Amino acid sequence: MSSDLTQLGVKAIRDGVADGSFTAREVAEVFNANVAAAAALNAFIVTTPDHALDAADRVDADRAAGRPLGSLAGVPIGMKDLFATKGVQTTAASHILEGFIPEYESTVSQNLWNAGAGMLGKLNLDQFAMGSSNETSYFGNVISPWRKTGSNAALAPGGSSGGSSTAVSARLVPAATGTDTGGSIRQPAAFTGITGIKPTYGRCSRWGIVAFASSLDQAGPMARDVTDCAIMLGAMAGFDPKDATSLDLPVPDWAGSLNADMRGKKVGIPREYRMDGTDPEILKSWDDGIAWLKDAGAEVVDISLPHTKYALPAYYIIAPAEASSNLARYDGVRYGLRDLPEGAGLQDMYAATRADGFGDEVKRRVIIGTYVLSAGFYDAYYNQAQRVRTLISQDFENAFTECDIILAPTTPTAAFALGDKSDDPLAMYLNDVFAVPASLAGLPAMSVPCGVNKDGLPLGLQIVGKAFDEQGVLNAGLAIEGRAGFIAKPEKWW
Amino acid sequence: MTETTYRIHGATGEWEVVIGLEVHAQVTSKSKLFSGADTTFGAEPNSQVSLVDAAMPGMLPVPNRECIRQAVRTGMAIEAQINAWSRFDRKNYFYADLPQGYQISQLFHPIVGEGQLLIEADEKAGIPADKIIGIERIHVEQDAGKLMHDQHPTMSYVDLNRSGVALMEIVSKPDMRSPAEAGAYVRKLRSILRYVGSCDGNMEQGSMRADVNVSVRRPGDEFGTRTETKNVNSVRFVMAVIEQEARRQVDLIEDGGTVVQETRLYDPDKNETRSMRSKEDAHDYRYFPDPDLLPLELDQAFLDECRASLPELPDAKRARYTGALGLNDYNAAQLTMEVEVFARFETLLAETATRLGKSEAEVATQVANWTLSVAPGVLKSLGDEAQLEYNTAAANAGILQMVDAGTVSGGQAKEIYELVLRTGRDPAEIAETEGLKQQSDTGAIEAEIDKVLAGNPEKVAEYRGGKDKLFGFFVGQTMKAMQGKANPAVVNDLLKVKLG
Repeated sequence: MSSDLTQLGVKAIRDGVADGSFTAREVAEVFNANVAAAAALNAFIVTTPDHALDAADRVDADRAAGRPLGSLAGVPIGMKDLFATKGVQTTAASHILEGFIPEYESTVSQNLWNAGAGMLGKLNLDQFAMGSSNETSYFGNVISPWRKTGSNAALAPGGSSGGSSTAVSARLVPAATGTDTGGSIRQPAAFTGITGIKPTYGRCSRWGIVAFASSLDQAGPMARDVTDCAIMLGAMAGFDPKDATSLDLPVPDWAGSLNADMRGKKVGIPREYRMDGTDPEILKSWDDGIAWLKDAGAEVVDISLPHTKYALPAYYIIAPAEASSNLARYDGVRYGLRDLPEGAGLQDMYAATRADGFGDEVKRRVIIGTYVLSAGFYDAYYNQAQRVRTLISQDFENAFTECDIILAPTTPTAAFALGDKSDDPLAMYLNDVFAVPASLAGLPAMSVPCGVNKDGLPLGLQIVGKAFDEQGVLNAGLAIEGRAGFIAKPEKWW
Repeated sequence: MTETTYRIHGATGEWEVVIGLEVHAQVTSKSKLFSGADTTFGAEPNSQVSLVDAAMPGMLPVPNRECIRQAVRTGMAIEAQINAWSRFDRKNYFYADLPQGYQISQLFHPIVGEGQLLIEADEKAGIPADKIIGIERIHVEQDAGKLMHDQHPTMSYVDLNRSGVALMEIVSKPDMRSPAEAGAYVRKLRSILRYVGSCDGNMEQGSMRADVNVSVRRPGDEFGTRTETKNVNSVRFVMAVIEQEARRQVDLIEDGGTVVQETRLYDPDKNETRSMRSKEDAHDYRYFPDPDLLPLELDQAFLDECRASLPELPDAKRARYTGALGLNDYNAAQLTMEVEVFARFETLLAETATRLGKSEAEVATQVANWTLSVAPGVLKSLGDEAQLEYNTAAANAGILQMVDAGTVSGGQAKEIYELVLRTGRDPAEIAETEGLKQQSDTGAIEAEIDKVLAGNPEKVAEYRGGKDKLFGFFVGQTMKAMQGKANPAVVNDLLKVKLG
């Protein structure tokens, strides 16, 4: 019985705890055991078995006492190590924050604890969430649990939420938090055959999340299926007066309103996403998705997002610009790493600390960001990129006069091998080509698994919705999920 | 308009100085610009630091409404354009007193646009006529923390109490032409800020400090290259910086050199400015809109409340004092300079007018003289012995009431006031008990006058023969005979009648 519990998702665990099929403590124990046995995947930077057990015991006590249970009561989850967790090391997978233990809890993680969830551990990620393969972590690569048929080569779990995607797909956790700046929830979800949604910018508070690019960063859930994502997103979201960009809107009952009936809905298919060189298997999966949504009753319309090709360059100006400034606080003065060479002054300390504390990809983006903001280049790069961003938003606004949701691939390829692109930043950046436009426009977007390719690797379809219409996105996801019949999971080798 | 004739006399001729000031005024508010931390001056180091002020990972700024309100009210007080849409930008640079690695400021879209301020003519100070000084903008920004270099032999300590406190940067146009004008501008600005209550104007504690931009040119020529002397913290130093810096620039140019655009520091001990950094190694601040903050949009209700909350401002008050109250220019200027002074004056004025059943205009001059010269004189002579809690409007008005009624003389009034300040006793009771009253009984005075006239027949004859100056002699003799307690007005009137 016990070992089967880890095959359950969020809803099944919550309902099973609520109806007494098993205790929250049993659930926490089996997941703790799975986490402990999966060191080979390197999905966690630290594990927190006691946090999960304590939360479980509180839920069991609440149930015994007949007190009401939260929407995640008894569900242990993984927490991306970008969220500040009180009393638990928070590193953003960097050396510069190694050993940093916050005295505060991020709003999103606190919301999850308030809903009855517990924490199995802090999940590995690309350093400061910068990367698409989880190869930039100071704490080592995360290994995807998936392998190509007939190959033992280590594959990328996607990034930056690579620890999250690996942990969910390997059944180390029923669900995990992710953050998405330019695809960091959706791309790893697609690579590992799980579901992940980035809500509308402002739905989830950024307070207590280590910042990468403030105008783009959004937290969201990563889980086995659409329903689990809806439940978890409901717990994570909400207005937070501590975040000036937080949306002051009520949180709808997304899980309770799930509906896969697409009759009367129009699905837009953006012609610009049909790019040369896209993997034919990806294009095939897209066609499958179109057929499934038609089957669910939707009308399919051709739409145009004419500025799509400028999205990636604009993103790689705006995100590094903001990052170069956001990461200035890691200076060795107040917390984290301090490298103070003998006889060094303040400037030397900054240089030594940051040289030692940041990895190559972080340095690359800090340097790019510093360059595009510098005197004489600001207009040509940053301002121009902001203008492009406005045009991209307008593209979506125009498209949404003709359709209710947009369907596209999540990524141009299936998971690649670790090391494949790590020497070629541009090739790596291109992996987010389909994900970045929705990020720039702040729109809700989701990746749902839709099948496996000829190598046995999962593929994902992306659904982009209107601002604030997470429900529409989740519903379309549910319609695809029900028809894709995706049941593949990685074979345990670790 | 009469322009100042302030000139630097160089070896090759006369030079004009051009001055612009950037005044940093700490906003009066309980908490910081983007965090809830306290702003009280003088607390234990690092005791008023929130997670946001210390720039802990994942912390976010949230604008403090009161700081924004104070900046808007200040803008309204200088008749400036208020921008209902403004935005915060990040100014990026590394320093140990700047935890975020950037200062949140407003470069591209400040909250307050162009305004102006009037400095009054002051012949003695070298300001021949009233002058309008243009104000370019006011923007809101975060203050930095403070480094302490004297706590450890090899290390510097950081105090973040001031980190994140709200500042208004008030940028003038380069409209000033003499140290006196700059001094008058800073004083006037300080006065307005204190009237509005948006800054306590305390320059010693650093609540107000100025960056002084100075250049020189031949009168009427194009602007010269300017230098900026940072963080000057008194009116006197602002004026000294201008004198020193203008002189230095003139000497430099006349010796064949050129002025370099640079940042300088003022050393008050040596009374000189010296170079801090030049343009070549100036920071590239990489300003860009702060993505943690939405644009600041002010609605009409907010603006209306700001405007409605403004008090009567210095220029209007001064005009009312010289107009409706009939005070002279000097008294009006003196009374309206400081908030505490006009507040005391207006309370006493109302109290005195009520007691005497007269209009405020009728008693204004008397109350003004008391407030500006009599009362401060007594207070000063008493020093620490004065118990200020006894210095109430009621007590002051009580004294003025007796003076007005003629029961006490000016000298007696001072003595009574002194006793009030020492003991808190009632003025009327003091006058009675201590015999500090003057004689207004015409019978008694007449009797003494008759004696004086009878005792000095020659002088009476001389006076009646046209020697008017002798009138004072008779007054003096009469007062002497009355031991100084006769009402001089009554003595005068009776003498005039008797001497016919």
